[in-house]
Amino acid sequence: MVIYRHITISCFNYESNGGKLFCKPKILYADKKETVSKNQNRHDARLKKRGTAAEEICFAADILEVSMNSVIKATGYILVHAPDMVIHNGSTQTTERIVNPDSEYLKKLPQHIRSYEDALKYLPNQTYIGNMTPDDLAKFEQPWFDKTGDCADRFGKFGEIMPQEEFYLLMQACDVFDLLYLEKGFVDAAKPKLAAHPLMNESILGRIKDGVEMAEVEKFVNEEHAEGLYNHDKLVGYVKRAHDVDVNLAAHVIHENLVSKASSVLSILYAVKNSGLAPEDIDYVIDCCEEACGDVNQRGGGNFAKASAEIAGLSNASGSDMRGFCAGPAHAFIAASSLVKAGTYKNVIVAAGGCTAKLGMNGKDHVKKEMPILEDMLGGFAVVISENDGVSPEIDNSIIGKHSVGTGASPQAVITALVAQPLDDAGLKITDIDKYSAEMQNPDITKPAGAGDVPQANYKMIAALAVKRGDMDKAGLATFAEDHGMVGWAPTQGHIPSGAPYIGFAREDIMSGKIKTAMIIGKGSLFLGRMTNLFDGVSFVIRANSGAQTENSVSEEQVKGLIAKAMKDFAMTLMAE
Amino acid sequence: MGLLEGKKVIIIGDRDGIPGPAIEECVKTAGADVVFSSTECFV
Amino acid sequence: MDLENQKRVKELAEKYGPENVVVVLGAAEGEASGLAAETVTAGDPTFAGPLTGVQLGLKVYHICEEEMKSEVAEDIYEEQIGMMEMVLDVDDIASEMKSIRDQYCKY
Repeated sequence: MVIYRHITISCFNYESNGGKLFCKPKILYADKKETVSKNQNRHDARLKKRGTAAEEICFAADILEVSMNSVIKATGYILVHAPDMVIHNGSTQTTERIVNPDSEYLKKLPQHIRSYEDALKYLPNQTYIGNMTPDDLAKFEQPWFDKTGDCADRFGKFGEIMPQEEFYLLMQACDVFDLLYLEKGFVDAAKPKLAAHPLMNESILGRIKDGVEMAEVEKFVNEEHAEGLYNHDKLVGYVKRAHDVDVNLAAHVIHENLVSKASSVLSILYAVKNSGLAPEDIDYVIDCCEEACGDVNQRGGGNFAKASAEIAGLSNASGSDMRGFCAGPAHAFIAASSLVKAGTYKNVIVAAGGCTAKLGMNGKDHVKKEMPILEDMLGGFAVVISENDGVSPEIDNSIIGKHSVGTGASPQAVITALVAQPLDDAGLKITDIDKYSAEMQNPDITKPAGAGDVPQANYKMIAALAVKRGDMDKAGLATFAEDHGMVGWAPTQGHIPSGAPYIGFAREDIMSGKIKTAMIIGKGSLFLGRMTNLFDGVSFVIRANSGAQTENSVSEEQVKGLIAKAMKDFAMTLMAE
Repeated sequence: MGLLEGKKVIIIGDRDGIPGPAIEECVKTAGADVVFSSTECFV
Repeated sequence: MDLENQKRVKELAEKYGPENVVVVLGAAEGEASGLAAETVTAGDPTFAGPLTGVQLGLKVYHICEEEMKSEVAEDIYEEQIGMMEMVLDVDDIASEMKSIRDQYCKY
């Protein structure tokens, strides 16, 4: 009996032929694990000859080996400290310079910019890169911006917090169109630092160009509409526009896109390193940030994914961009897991870089309240989703939440679609999921700005729904956030906090047995693009690997075995008649 | 006559509070004439 | 408040007459509600938008306030807002709103 790794039997057509039932499976797909070659007629690969319906079912049951869920193989999480970009590129600041150029805010802002050392010490930043867990962070009383803990390391379990100087060099390494130039002295000082970086190989370092004269930098910024690059208030470089007329290739667009690309590359380098795979093992990348790259004739043509894969050295990968505002990552994880489960690709990376526009987004409130600017960090993440390795936590494609066109806009309808409905379909209660990761924005940032504590609000909504549905009684409301949720820690970089930050921790918590299931929820404000007023969101569940199940629980494989046996018994019954 | 009946209503909803379309459904039942609805997003 | 939304509020108040217009908010918190309410009554306190220095004095309510709830069909309200009543701090929102109305509302 030949063993097939993936079998799909789409349907049986029964036709009568002189009293004998012929069974014609429409599709019988055999994966190439054993000796079946691509060109060989798949029907010839079957060892039993066609016979009665009963025999066919028997045969199907014999070879019924359903495709396995994909797994979360590894993650990478990075932050880049970008204090000068707050002032020069954050949209709150650029807008203020247009509508209110003499404002007190703009005058006071520079005094509230943090140093790299302070950014390193900041507890939510240490959490983001994995040096602290969300539980560790929760032990500190909020607000956190005036507290310090034990760790202030640049490097963490999942990634790092990169300083601005080195990031500018990485941006140049990502610039393959000679658009980004840096001043001589700056390059000479910063290049050795980047060269010392454990993940920067010759292929990346070789892309860094020699520095140019300061006069050239000034000329391009003052006369040629270039975007200036500043470091500690000094002009150190520029990004040129890529076209004299096309606004889609304006300097600030190229700048934003290079930032996104470079932070995505850095994230991918960590994810690949953490996975133990070789860069050549990655066959596909999905980028899920919220930027667009293109020109006047194809404004959002894209492919940040392929662009990042190139710099990261993923020579066997192609890729594409998936967009969904803040729900983009969740959509991308579901797509990646489906691609791997279907056998289309073996190792898919979901990646996203950071956003300059959102830097200092809530700055006005922070300055007003005598706080430092906390939104000085660009965020990035990359997750490797691979074929089932028997160990890593699985993405369970059978429990998927989806906010549909017809779902409606009320928060109740949204949470029902994303949380309650998929759990209902799986016969689970809201309280059966150990941890929910919705939008994990750092409350230090959002509360002073009047936007509340976003993770808490999400947990309150899920808890309220659980009470309404009778999964939990009202007494559980007060402790739901602590029992099934976490404090927020991610920077307000749009798509970055949306579900994704917890995946690295979830993987560890599931593998250590601390939790069994986690639900990742992504929500998107599509109306911001003025194309629809609809909201959007999707969710999925991560669970322990079925191979790693304990004796007491029934694993997925056992269930499938039972189904196969039932089909055989049924076939026997038919044959006996 | 209530506060809303027959009035021109402008809705400024919030993604993290009550979004525009949800408010619209509500005020329509009170006889309001919704002339503009938007949902803001601060995160 | 978003600059584009401020522009619309201004235009529509002019078009229909401010006494005929009611602004209904859905903000998540008291502070955000107060800020939006102040913008459409006393002017944009952040001096960023078209309503800077413009005192429209419009009637403004939050959808969770009793004055709004009492006018909306009960079943629709329950379906659209019911769950959020358990999540939002309605008292905080209501007190912010009342304070702004008492100070700046002209109608």
